[in-house]
Amino acid sequence: MSDLQTPASPAGAGAASSDAPSTATAAANASSAQATGGRSLLPRNTLLRHLVVLVICAVGAVLLLESTDLGFNAQVGYVAFYAIAAGGLTVLTGLNGQISLGHGALMAVGGYTTALLLDADEPLPLIVIFLAAVALTSLVGAIVGVAAARLHGPYLAGATLALAVGLPGLALYYNEFLGGEQGLTVSTPDRPDWFTEIIRTLSGGSPSGVKWIAYISVACLLITYFLLANLMRSRVGRTWRAVRDQEVAAELAGINLGTWRVTAFIVSAAAAGLAGAVLALVVRLTAPTAFTIVLSLSLLTAIVIGGLGSLLGALIGSVLLVFLPRLLRDAGESLDMDAAQAAEISYVVYGVILVVVMLFAPAGLVGSIRLAWLKARARRAGARARG
Amino acid sequence: MQQFVNLTLGGVITGAVYAAFALALVLIWRSTRIVNFAQGAMAAITTFIALSLIEGGQSYWVGLAVALLAGLVLGAVVERLVIRPVEGGPELNAVIVTLGLFIAIQALISVLFGVNQRAFVAPFSTIGFRVGDFGLALSPNTLFTLGAVLLVMLGLTALFRFTRVGLAMRASAFGQEVARLLGVRVGRMLTLGWALAAVVGSLAGMLIAAEVTFVTPTYMDALIVFGFVAAVLGGLDSPIGAVVGGLLLGLALSYVRGYVGDELVGMAALVILVVVLLVRPGGLFSTTQTRRA
Repeated sequence: MSDLQTPASPAGAGAASSDAPSTATAAANASSAQATGGRSLLPRNTLLRHLVVLVICAVGAVLLLESTDLGFNAQVGYVAFYAIAAGGLTVLTGLNGQISLGHGALMAVGGYTTALLLDADEPLPLIVIFLAAVALTSLVGAIVGVAAARLHGPYLAGATLALAVGLPGLALYYNEFLGGEQGLTVSTPDRPDWFTEIIRTLSGGSPSGVKWIAYISVACLLITYFLLANLMRSRVGRTWRAVRDQEVAAELAGINLGTWRVTAFIVSAAAAGLAGAVLALVVRLTAPTAFTIVLSLSLLTAIVIGGLGSLLGALIGSVLLVFLPRLLRDAGESLDMDAAQAAEISYVVYGVILVVVMLFAPAGLVGSIRLAWLKARARRAGARARG
Repeated sequence: MQQFVNLTLGGVITGAVYAAFALALVLIWRSTRIVNFAQGAMAAITTFIALSLIEGGQSYWVGLAVALLAGLVLGAVVERLVIRPVEGGPELNAVIVTLGLFIAIQALISVLFGVNQRAFVAPFSTIGFRVGDFGLALSPNTLFTLGAVLLVMLGLTALFRFTRVGLAMRASAFGQEVARLLGVRVGRMLTLGWALAAVVGSLAGMLIAAEVTFVTPTYMDALIVFGFVAAVLGGLDSPIGAVVGGLLLGLALSYVRGYVGDELVGMAALVILVVVLLVRPGGLFSTTQTRRA
């Protein structure tokens, strides 16, 4: 069951009424079966439906990685870590209504944990390292969440912004342990033999380290989104939405607002931690310069463009984050700017997009399309009822 | 002892600039209930415009005048074009819009002026006064900084206290409907508020640039956080609170910088902010707790 609210008025999409965000996010995270009026080819059962989607996506990902060159494989790794973090953030901001500008700092926790653990003489298995990164980041997220649970709107934004500015300073302060300004180089973990065998049978080539990391990134992305999607469609997701939209009513229904806000923060931080771990592997370096405010704001850009509260939107936004800068950089360099200047053009575009989306389509890409679709269906149904 | 005196002096001076910046945030918060996260970037771009003029051979004062004027225009334009549609809307939308402005303007500085750091020459000597063999962290330039901040504060106080425009601005901030009924052009007052705030922000940007002597497009990043913390210390609603909050924060961060390490200043600001928000959500000087819907 989904608690989809059909927009009450045709002006629901563009008008910035006070219930626009809830309508918009409700549209953005309506289940696909609901959005298509139940005439879906996918099973009605949520878990089954998500499993089918997961398998389809996994097959698609393997085909994509095997049919493209190594350069593109590396890009996929970038998309994966952005998308994992953005998925966690969209759950927090879209479903639970808590904005966070500190997710870049939380990614730093996951990234540094991974870098330190991989640096050991006898490194633990990769999966254990990733779980450790997730656990530690969740712990930090819990602490931040407890502080954040009592704040709202601009106060929360300011506090998490302070986190994004302050936390990287720790890496500079403990520079013997955390590598200071230069950061820590991350050693690529060894490829297991079974992976080599599988790739041989698939495409006949011998895989490289880049390909191994691309597969790890995509696997992490799919698992994260599968778990988050199930969570969003469960009692937990509904409770988060209740806390976002109707504080008083939720409290009267026996929901402890603080607890659920902290829970949302922990889940979101866990995703950010995993994203940081993947980032460490993909970029092969964790340095304070990799986790600036810009990273946090980029994540926010991705989820706002895609549509707050929609995992698909977070993924689309992350793809934009990776591929838009390359297009714009080429454009800038053709206007004979130096590379660093040309790279900044994309951020001008991000900023403008953020403003424009918020002014004209607060539901973002996915949400706006869903809203338009729902309105058209409501009109058709109305016409049928009258006719 | 010398270190303590100098850290205190340094704290008061940086605190004065934080206070000016916090004041700009408070001006906007009072009238529109929006925290302008783009404040730092807006101040930075006006500073870069001034710096280009100064590098082109103009005097510092021409640069300062242009920076303040650019701030005035930028603040008014931003409010009219971008902020007006989200005023009174959901909190989150306004926050995201100002963050979008922050990203766009900051990147625009890099595109227009390049990403390299540039030297910013202070208008007065930055060599500290000496008392006997005791070098003070107080120079003609820091005196100018203090004087400029003080002048702005007195000017704003006078504006709000003794002029009709100031009264109209306070009325619009206090109750838009009532002010409208009494013939105040509330829209104009909001634009004016943003314009004034941007001027104060620009001034803070120019003063900071002279203190740090090298500016990059991101040199105001930390200041938006410090200004916000200072404003929250004062409760975000009172100009006096913003000034006191700025000075307190300046002192606290100066001691952290001197006795602990420069790297942890950001963390210290975060800790102070969280403690204040958890213990006294209405700021240090709040007396009555109003229930926020």
